[in-house]
Amino acid sequence: MATPNAGSATQQPAVEATPIGQRLAALLSSGFTFLILAALCLVFAVLQGAKFANPNNAQNIAIDASQLLLLTVGVTFVIVTAGVDLSVGSVLIFSAVVAAKVMVRFAGSAEEVRAYEFPNQEVAIPLGLAAGVLAGTAWGLLNGVLITKLKMPSFIVTLGTLGMALGAAQLLSNGTTIPNVPQDVQLKLGLRELVGFDVGDYRIRLTPPVLVATIVVVLAALALGRTRFGRYTYAIGSNAAAARRVGINVDRHLIKVYGLSGLLAGVAGGFDLLRFGTASVGSHQADNLAAISAAVIGGTSLFGGLGTIGGSVIGAFIPAVLRNGLVISGVAPFWQQVAIGAILILAVYLDQRRRRAEERM
Amino acid sequence: MDGTRDDPEPVLQAVGIDKYFGPVRALTNVHFAARAGEIVALIGDNGAGKSTLINVLTGVLPHDGGEIVFDGRPVRLSSPQEARALGIETVYQDLAIAPHLDAVANIFLGRELRLPGPLGALGFLDRRRMLKETEEQLGRLRVRVPGLGRRMTTLSGGQRQGVAVARAVMWASKVVIMDEPTAAFGVAQTGQVLDLMRQVRDTGIPVVFISHNMPHVFEVADRIVVLRLGEIVEELDPKSASIDDAVRAMTGSTRFTGVGIKAEFVARTGEGRSVGNA
Ligand SMILES: Nc1ncnc2c1ncn2[C@@H]1O[C@H](COP(=O)(O)OP(=O)(O)OP(=O)(O)O)[C@@H](O)[C@H]1O
Ligand SMILES: [Mg+2]
Repeated sequence: MATPNAGSATQQPAVEATPIGQRLAALLSSGFTFLILAALCLVFAVLQGAKFANPNNAQNIAIDASQLLLLTVGVTFVIVTAGVDLSVGSVLIFSAVVAAKVMVRFAGSAEEVRAYEFPNQEVAIPLGLAAGVLAGTAWGLLNGVLITKLKMPSFIVTLGTLGMALGAAQLLSNGTTIPNVPQDVQLKLGLRELVGFDVGDYRIRLTPPVLVATIVVVLAALALGRTRFGRYTYAIGSNAAAARRVGINVDRHLIKVYGLSGLLAGVAGGFDLLRFGTASVGSHQADNLAAISAAVIGGTSLFGGLGTIGGSVIGAFIPAVLRNGLVISGVAPFWQQVAIGAILILAVYLDQRRRRAEERM
Repeated sequence: MDGTRDDPEPVLQAVGIDKYFGPVRALTNVHFAARAGEIVALIGDNGAGKSTLINVLTGVLPHDGGEIVFDGRPVRLSSPQEARALGIETVYQDLAIAPHLDAVANIFLGRELRLPGPLGALGFLDRRRMLKETEEQLGRLRVRVPGLGRRMTTLSGGQRQGVAVARAVMWASKVVIMDEPTAAFGVAQTGQVLDLMRQVRDTGIPVVFISHNMPHVFEVADRIVVLRLGEIVEELDPKSASIDDAVRAMTGSTRFTGVGIKAEFVARTGEGRSVGNA
């Protein structure tokens, strides 16, 4: 405090002494997930050498993590508001199917498309991707509206839309992989080398999915950490009644947050086409739990008010590194899920301990 | 000495307010006024309706009958923002702070300062300026909040309350309402809050003070309004009335005349400043 005469009578030495210790404890346990990530990389690098630790593989990991990263970022905003979004995996699938259907529909006549000719693909591909993003956003907004206007728990609403979006995707696709998608969405767009350079024998390529995921992460980190939007997100998760009292339009903000989560799931749906050239309803069904786990491992509290994008990024990379390293090591990749479960429990346990220490008064 | 009944025009006034919670009648024909230059205490037993009246006067709850008059004009307050926009600031009994945010963020919650230029238009916060203004204002009010950058969860209950009080005093331009602002305070901090109320009062802004602590009430109030079972039952002048009178009015009986309370009153006021106001 600047004023010299301020509070001569209210010295609180006992309270003033704690922050350094507190900050150290906070650093240790929030650094915990980063340590896990670093340790995993180190272990695989030591065991597998250049098979794991090479620029190409780093790039593979980044591409592999990009979809989960998008979902995790969206879910982080939701969880910070003390809500949850279980629908993101289904919304991803729905968006991918919509994007694929739109591409097939507008790329050429039915005969042309069946003959793998796509005269209008320059229009059809961006149109399809945009339709996917819009579809995802629509599901997200629907979640937000139902949660705020019907005053329903987010768990229930998004559990409902999880089923609805998945069922709708299966109806649209007849339950199978969408055929006759213009291959250029993968070959010319998804695998396109935006920037490339050689590192020894390896070639590093920046492809659109990685670029988009990077931009999303940076923007999201700024939005949550530096803007009023982020401040309101924390405030609502911390004490929604207080947020209302100070005039924050809580309902509108929550609708935006769920809309954002849906939008990012829609973008992640587009990534299916960029990466694999098609949309299938078979995968991604557990992505919602993977994204929530990643956010929580990264320090986001399910009770709201706490969480950072940086933490969530680390949380989303841990499963990608694990899967990649296990495959390279010749170990069944299913171990990844076992390990993630254990890390989740450990991370939350440490976090709880830290918070209890911080909040005892 | 100001504070005589009908001197200045009321800034904020409840005129015949009725309020129901379903079948429960929480307020019955309540007339209440806060005038410039006075600290008016609102006292009553638990459940008497004090918080309900405050919530009605600050747009948190709708009322069922009567009207709210502000600066001589009837107003409809359908949200707390509308009350704040008029310059009415409140320390709510449940504090209404976001515990995961720091003191500066809480003080500026809902009126964040943004960076100048295009970044501000995008919603980027001017955290440095908010910190600076908070420090200045708190310094001016001589309020001490340890660790402005610390999460409120790491502050003690009294310190949190200090932030809530500082926030209200800092932003109020017309009326400050404090529902139990000293409940979590130690002796020194309580003295600070009572001083703060006098400071605010002396700038011409009326203070509505709700408390169960009769010594505090008698120490600062210019006027005491007693609410019992949702009705205003009495108005007391702290210079002539005693704590016994207040307790009798609140409980509606003479059984609880507390000799102990009176003794405490003497002890508390004896240790500090004189009971009279500046
Ligand atoms: N939201 C609500 N719903 C139903 N009844 C309520 C509600 N809020 C208050 N009441 C009732 O209205 C009456 C007045 O409550 P109020 O909170 O105003 O009392 P108070 O004078 O502030 O008491 P205290 O000193 O304990 O804070 C009580 O009978 C209470 O049960
Ligand atoms: Mg009350």
